[in-house]
Amino acid sequence: MNSNNLTRGKVTGIIANLVIVEVYGPVAQNEICYISHDGTALMAEVIKVLGDKAYVQVFESTRGLKPAADVEFRGHMLEVTLGPGILSRNYDGLQHDLDEMKGIFLKRGDYTRALNPDKEWDFEPIAKEGDMVNAADWLGQVMENSIPHKIMVPFNFKGNFRIKKLVKAGKYKIYDVIATLTDEKGIDVEVTMVQKWPVKRAVKNYQDKPRPFKLLETGVRTIDTLNPIVEGGTGFIPGPFGSGKTVLQHAISKQAEADIVVVAACGERANEVVELFTEFPELEDPRTGRKLMERTTIIANTSNMPVAAREASVYTAMAISEYYRAMGLKILLLADSTSRWAQALREMSNRMEELPGPDAFPMDLPAIISNFYSRAGFVYLNNGKTGSITFIGTVSPAGGNLKEPVTESTKKAARAFYALSQQRADSKRYPAIDPIDSYSKYLEYPELQENLKKDIADDWVDRVMMLKNILIRGKEASEQINILGDDGVPLDYHLVYWKSEVFDSVILQQDAFDKIDCNAPMNRQKFMLDKIYDIYYTDFNFDNFEEVNTYFKRVINLLKQMNYSVFESKDFYDFEKELHNIIDERKVS
Amino acid sequence: METRAFQKIYTKITQITKATCSLNATGVGNEELALVHGRLAQVVKIMGDNVTLQVFSGTEEIPTNAEVVFFNRPPTLKVSEDLAGRFFNSFGEPIDGGPEVEGEEREIGGPSVNPVRRMQPSELIATGIAGIDLNNTLVTGQKIPFFADPDQPYNQVMAMVAMRAKADKIILGGMGLTNDDYLYYKNVFEHAGALNRIISFVNTTEDPPVERLLVPDMALTAAEYFAVDKNEKVLVLLTDMTLYADALSIVSNRMDQIPSKDSMPGSLYSDLAKLYEKAVQFPDGGSITIIAVTTLSGGDITHAIPDNTGYITEGQLFLRRDTEIGKVIVDPFRSLSRLKQLVIGTKTREDHPQVMNAAVRLYADAANARTKLENGFDLTDYDQRTLDFAKEYSDKLLAIDVNIDTEQMLIIAWSLFNKYFSPAEVGLRKDLVDKYWIKDN
Ligand SMILES: Nc1ncnc2c1ncn2[C@@H]1O[C@H](COP(=O)(O)OP(=O)(O)OP(=O)(O)O)[C@@H](O)[C@H]1O
Ligand SMILES: [Mg+2]
Repeated sequence: MNSNNLTRGKVTGIIANLVIVEVYGPVAQNEICYISHDGTALMAEVIKVLGDKAYVQVFESTRGLKPAADVEFRGHMLEVTLGPGILSRNYDGLQHDLDEMKGIFLKRGDYTRALNPDKEWDFEPIAKEGDMVNAADWLGQVMENSIPHKIMVPFNFKGNFRIKKLVKAGKYKIYDVIATLTDEKGIDVEVTMVQKWPVKRAVKNYQDKPRPFKLLETGVRTIDTLNPIVEGGTGFIPGPFGSGKTVLQHAISKQAEADIVVVAACGERANEVVELFTEFPELEDPRTGRKLMERTTIIANTSNMPVAAREASVYTAMAISEYYRAMGLKILLLADSTSRWAQALREMSNRMEELPGPDAFPMDLPAIISNFYSRAGFVYLNNGKTGSITFIGTVSPAGGNLKEPVTESTKKAARAFYALSQQRADSKRYPAIDPIDSYSKYLEYPELQENLKKDIADDWVDRVMMLKNILIRGKEASEQINILGDDGVPLDYHLVYWKSEVFDSVILQQDAFDKIDCNAPMNRQKFMLDKIYDIYYTDFNFDNFEEVNTYFKRVINLLKQMNYSVFESKDFYDFEKELHNIIDERKVS
Repeated sequence: METRAFQKIYTKITQITKATCSLNATGVGNEELALVHGRLAQVVKIMGDNVTLQVFSGTEEIPTNAEVVFFNRPPTLKVSEDLAGRFFNSFGEPIDGGPEVEGEEREIGGPSVNPVRRMQPSELIATGIAGIDLNNTLVTGQKIPFFADPDQPYNQVMAMVAMRAKADKIILGGMGLTNDDYLYYKNVFEHAGALNRIISFVNTTEDPPVERLLVPDMALTAAEYFAVDKNEKVLVLLTDMTLYADALSIVSNRMDQIPSKDSMPGSLYSDLAKLYEKAVQFPDGGSITIIAVTTLSGGDITHAIPDNTGYITEGQLFLRRDTEIGKVIVDPFRSLSRLKQLVIGTKTREDHPQVMNAAVRLYADAANARTKLENGFDLTDYDQRTLDFAKEYSDKLLAIDVNIDTEQMLIIAWSLFNKYFSPAEVGLRKDLVDKYWIKDN
């Protein structure tokens, strides 16, 4: 773009990171501009225009900024740079490479490149010269770590193109021209391995977006068994502080059966991101044996980083996910915490003196949230291949009260709800997902039910539904026992309660910090569920409730030992044998 | 504070509120310091030529023709080794009668550490208090508050933790500290012969509340100097962060911002996070650990201040008076150290995680038994044993007067398990039971 055409302006007002700019030409809503301050350029985004005043949110601290500072508008919205080399990177919320930045402290205006322009990639053509192509069609591929990274017709190309020239297999850098395309008017356009995309716009170059229908294994029993998430599904995890949102998300990010994981650390603790930086290069993907970091991109906008970039960070992460989905890959996108993003919106809306909605959040918060969640999904690409973005966000409700705008808006947008309960967390029943309040709407999808029947067991869905009833009845029994006393209820109540306790302790509870217990593949989950159902259907002989308590504690203890042992190992079977002996002790024959 | 000769003097204030005043001025930068009628103030808003200043000590008696001089810089602190052993007010001016500190002038509230330059915390801080070391182990680079009612001895416990932690420097940021508490800290530091390791920035209840807003940034700027430039292990004590947040709300209120929950500013989370996130472990050995106090009103942790704090810090410590044993204990239910899993079982004995959890679980069973008792139900034999266990556990491990090393804590825990329960009731991993369960002969 010709820099003479760019609109300029001058700063006239400053309230924290909201800056008011007098503009000398046209500006667009959400246009990016740079404010000159002491020789550095501070990046900002237009969020409101009033007459000749543009209100911009600065992605940096505005300390020292003075009125009359020069502003230059760039003629485009906030964009991501898409191309090979995104995986294994640690970016800030605006896709600047954190590892490339100099010094211990972040410096304002230190905007590093998203991709390495000098690295050579082994390119292999997929299409051939003369082919007709559209936006997002695959021209070729390079191997990025072990992922086949497709080089596509840029998403913003409109209409039909004929491939005039396509380079041969060989080594190329990302800005090398790899194809020349001719549009319908006969004009040639060159394509490199890099394209830009405005983060707030959804990439829609696919044929169809059906309802999700395939289980996405996470290795977390209370999710996979009880409230499954699906490829292309959306879920959210609200919970008071300390209830285990981050631990749960980290577990999912390590274990889930995804090709690529994008983690957006949005306004949360830096130490938690450091944990990923430290562990992911060491930990192995249980399925491929390759290091987790190879399939991961981390977008870190921690709570001490500029507030405005927090909002941008989730969009940056989503746009990167959409890019990889268009390659026919399974993406898992995690954001911790979407409440911080909503709070960033609130801070801005407050400074702009907009009419506040509930709890001083902006009025359009529900629309913003549902818009974002709607970008996830399972898609059929134009070439018939499939790709998916599964999105799971955490929500940090004020005071742990779920009746607040972010939780309520998210509940309308996401289809799986994993409510963490303070009470379960307090009693160390981790992961603290409340089994009764939580739900997965996907379990009601006939498409998914059919797959579960086919892949796991014919009666799987029935068993899962029944498990929910068992848990509810267990809870009711325990309430009765508490009200009426151990002696005040029939013995049967104790049995109902303790049988539900077995499911709770062995299926729902899972130690995220135990090497073995942390991750349970589906076949293991099925084995354990079957085992407990056997116990559930067994008739036992007891004289009094104390016997029931002591007995089931032993049963639970052994089942837990099985959880802690390598699946199908000698230890595992030894514990199982011991368990059977205990069961025989009291079994009514 | 000195003013410089060439600086322009303004004498026409156009608007005055309780905490702010506005005037027309040019060439002023955001967050710059100024002197209004001899009082320190900071730029919080610029609209064209109109500049709004927050006057830290309040605006009482400021006339519209008061002299206003701008400093051309944000608040700063002069840093050098000479800070050690000194006491300062919120502005970094000595209050101990000693000379001004010479050193490099640094902006306070500076930028944050690039997350990729941090190291994962992994160094245990031993306090001798089992309620902390066993159940809620602290590590360097962590940030954690005491959530305490105003009548609890949090300042005493914090001082004790500070003296036992092997820190190179201890920096006290006192906000709205009563004079008595201020003298208490001074006394503890002197008695421990630790004065040369200590730096204090203190705003007492006698000082204007808005001045407090500078205290944490002062303390943390000094901390960064020692942790980054000198690779030292720095422990920062911030007490009381509730009073800090109250000062934030006073200012935002005066600036007509729309309050969010509990009349706190909508930016409370970000404001607090900016401070707490200064806690860090550097690869070169330097670290900043923050232990704070957030006083509660009536134990309510859903109030915006503790709530936002809990979402930021890496756990929290609750103190509670255990009437059974008549001592203050570290409450094992509501207390949590999020970073403990980085050290327990690796830097400490392998059985630490499981023993810790099992003991807390049994303590929870005791709480249930107590409820039964209160509701007039009979106790089972197991219930009775949990009650006996809980009492001894509370006395020997949870009480804040305990001072032993972690291995001893584990030995005591196993002995209590053995005394009151069978291995199946405790439910520990079998290999640990085989190794540590005390076999009866
Ligand atoms: N599955 C688990 N197994 C064992 N411990 C757990 C588990 N989940 C959570 N915890 C414990 O709870 C602590 C808090 O968990 P986590 O940091 O995930 O909470 P959070 O909900 O993300 O809190 P915040 O909202 O403050 O970020 C952990 O540090 C850990 O001690
Ligand atoms: Mg968290």
